[in-house]
Amino acid sequence: MHNSWLFIGIFILVAGVFPALPIILFHIFGPKRQTPEKLETYECGMETVGQTWVQFKVQYYIYALIFLVFDVEIIFLYPWAVAFDKLPLLGVAAGVLFIFLLADGLWYAWQKGALEWS
Amino acid sequence: MTPDQILFIVTALISTLAAVMVVSRRNMVHAALFLVLTLFGVAVAFVLLEAPFLAVVQVLVYIGAIAILMIFAVMLTRNVTDDSGDPFNKNARVGGLAALFVFSLLVVMFGGWSQFTAYPQAGDTSGSIVQLGVALTAADGYVIAFEVASMLLLGALVGAIFVVWPRQNENE
Repeated sequence: MHNSWLFIGIFILVAGVFPALPIILFHIFGPKRQTPEKLETYECGMETVGQTWVQFKVQYYIYALIFLVFDVEIIFLYPWAVAFDKLPLLGVAAGVLFIFLLADGLWYAWQKGALEWS
Repeated sequence: MTPDQILFIVTALISTLAAVMVVSRRNMVHAALFLVLTLFGVAVAFVLLEAPFLAVVQVLVYIGAIAILMIFAVMLTRNVTDDSGDPFNKNARVGGLAALFVFSLLVVMFGGWSQFTAYPQAGDTSGSIVQLGVALTAADGYVIAFEVASMLLLGALVGAIFVVWPRQNENE
């Protein structure tokens, strides 16, 4: 009865096992000859500075908020898109208007320069 | 036990343990990530209850949006890891007793409700999302609410940008 969901479950399982398996196998079979230099944090060859737990710039938050709005939009558009071929013309127009109103918001964000990095 | 029951027990255990971890981790980033696991467990529970749309909403809104927003908020805060204080306050015992009382009350209440143990009818629920989509945009359905939701989201977007955007005179 959940057959279509079983596929998603299998995908999640494979997605977890696939990257985990080489790491685990390496831990078990890999040679361990550690020198202080080898144990250093690797970051593109640069020497790392300070801690990993740093505060992020508050500017990222606006991206999160804009993403949030469009994420909620998806919820409304998802049943609309699934029922697309069964909708009357008015229903399609309603969905288009819905997208248009939100595209308006994107245009506002764009004009305001909220998507630009300063 | 049927495979569904095993799946439910495993999911319930994972989400409950993750929920406990959310409130007991000192590192707030880890707590937020455990919250994602808890919410995912709830999504699986929705699937088991034959509510596929709610499962999708759970993943999209709660994991995709709310949890991300929380992780963002946590990452913006200072000292996410350095909190050395006691995470439990002095009312922890009273709170635990109150929670236990409410929980036992709920068990008694739901235990007496005949529908509580009823298992959802196995059936083809794939048509329900189509019905929802048609009803959302039908003129005699919820099209007004549908468009109002869009306006509301637009208002939220504009409001969020307006609040977060630095004023011209405050700019450094």
